[in-house]
Amino acid sequence: MLQTIAFYVFAAVIIFSALMVISSRNPVHSVLFLILAFLNAAALFILLGAEFLAWILVVVYVGAVAVLFLFVVMMLDIDFASLRAGFMQYLPIGAIIGLAIVSELILAYLGWATATPPGPPSATTPGVSNTEALGRILYTDYIFYFQTAGLILLVAMIGAIVLTLRHRVGVKRQSIARQVRRVPAEAIEILEVKPGQGVT
Amino acid sequence: MFLTGPLQSIGLPYGAAWLISYIVSILVLSVALLVMLAFLLLADRKIWAAVQIRRGPNVVGAFGLLQSFADFIKFVLKEAVIPAGANKVVFLLSPLIAFTLALAAWAVIPVASGWVIADINVGILYLFAISSLGVYGIIMGGWASNSKYAFLGSLRSAAQMVSYEVSIGFILITVLLFAGSLRLTDIVQAQAPDIRHWFIASPLFPMFFLFLISAMAETNRPPFDLPEAESELVAGFAVEYSSTPYLLFMVAEYLNIVLMCAMASILFFGGWLPLVDVWPLNAVPGVVWLLLKIWFFFFIFAMVKAIVPRYRYDQLMRLGWKVFLPISLLWVVLSAGYLFAIGRFS
Repeated sequence: MLQTIAFYVFAAVIIFSALMVISSRNPVHSVLFLILAFLNAAALFILLGAEFLAWILVVVYVGAVAVLFLFVVMMLDIDFASLRAGFMQYLPIGAIIGLAIVSELILAYLGWATATPPGPPSATTPGVSNTEALGRILYTDYIFYFQTAGLILLVAMIGAIVLTLRHRVGVKRQSIARQVRRVPAEAIEILEVKPGQGVT
Repeated sequence: MFLTGPLQSIGLPYGAAWLISYIVSILVLSVALLVMLAFLLLADRKIWAAVQIRRGPNVVGAFGLLQSFADFIKFVLKEAVIPAGANKVVFLLSPLIAFTLALAAWAVIPVASGWVIADINVGILYLFAISSLGVYGIIMGGWASNSKYAFLGSLRSAAQMVSYEVSIGFILITVLLFAGSLRLTDIVQAQAPDIRHWFIASPLFPMFFLFLISAMAETNRPPFDLPEAESELVAGFAVEYSSTPYLLFMVAEYLNIVLMCAMASILFFGGWLPLVDVWPLNAVPGVVWLLLKIWFFFFIFAMVKAIVPRYRYDQLMRLGWKVFLPISLLWVVLSAGYLFAIGRFS
């Protein structure tokens, strides 16, 4: 009873904030609504009993990814007039993609609705916490897929670094080792200055 | 919950007893925390003053004991100024978010054996998630103020918090590898009975120092208080805030600091466990032990604030990404290997 009410509240907030993401005029508000949607999705995971997934969702998406989104959006100087001007131009492509997604969803739903249900899905097995269950699946049963995913991410990371790395010349950089190695003998020079002559 | 039983015995139905006991314990914890915070704020200022051979606040009440309450009344009674170009909703929402999150994190902190509002089985993950959400109060506040200084302060703060979160995450992983559980109660129990089994006395001890320093950076405390470096950015992200909204930000910041002290005591110093498990010491209630440990760490925080000069921003980032991150990552691998070698995982 309580769970059903909670589900509908969270689901309603998700749908509302998802709508606001695409319809609000201020891009920062869009991102904030996106964060609200993430948080409520995490709440739905908790309702399912998958608390590990829920908090990982919060840590990864809300705590890290959305912060970067927010950074970028706040820094961008977005000109709304020029954005709106392109609307009609992109409408056909957008409509095609939307149609494709909708038809895929319909197909997926038809397949799911006509299949015989394997019993109510459950996130928790008695006696095993879902952190443990998830860990066993990821790191024991599917370790090679996990490693492959890790490798792909590593390649992507190195790629991003290579793309953005540039060595600028003439920039003062702090080198801790050099600072520590410095001794008075090489840093200071003591001169005998005679009156009226100055230092050459 | 500890009140549910007694309430049921006086004839309340289970649901009502459950609800009442939760509400009462939440209220008790919040009020106790905020009152403690008032005195900790004073202690912070007194310690700072003592290091600089000043007297600190000493006018309101004996030894200035009521200073924080006087400040509170002053904050609440002043007018809340909202800048003309500010985004009003976000501007007022962000201190509320900061404060709510700071208070919400305390829900999973076990104050003593069994004294915890929500003993959830991913407690440490919850704490990590809530502290990573804390950045929103700051970044939203800085943006909504519509001021360059506030925005710069919030950007600095957000970048700093995100950077140090990474190493805190790895430190938490080493701790939970040793404890074998994400539940905070289990983490404390894994350190029973006394100091010989606390994680500070295990191969985890270097992680404690990393955690303490990262905690200072994460909560924007000196020497990492770049977001509100007084001499450069006035008050950082909070420069446009006044009266109660500012008070909420400040209380949230200090609540986070005390939370970090509590986390340090729970993760490395055995939470509510006594120092030595002998008679007069183990008869002391667990909550007293936890409080003593929290105050000890708060004292360290205050001393560091008074003594250590501020870092430069690039030094801060270097420390976070090039020193702490590799060390904590290495420690995750080493401690997993160590635990495997002594046969904990078999």
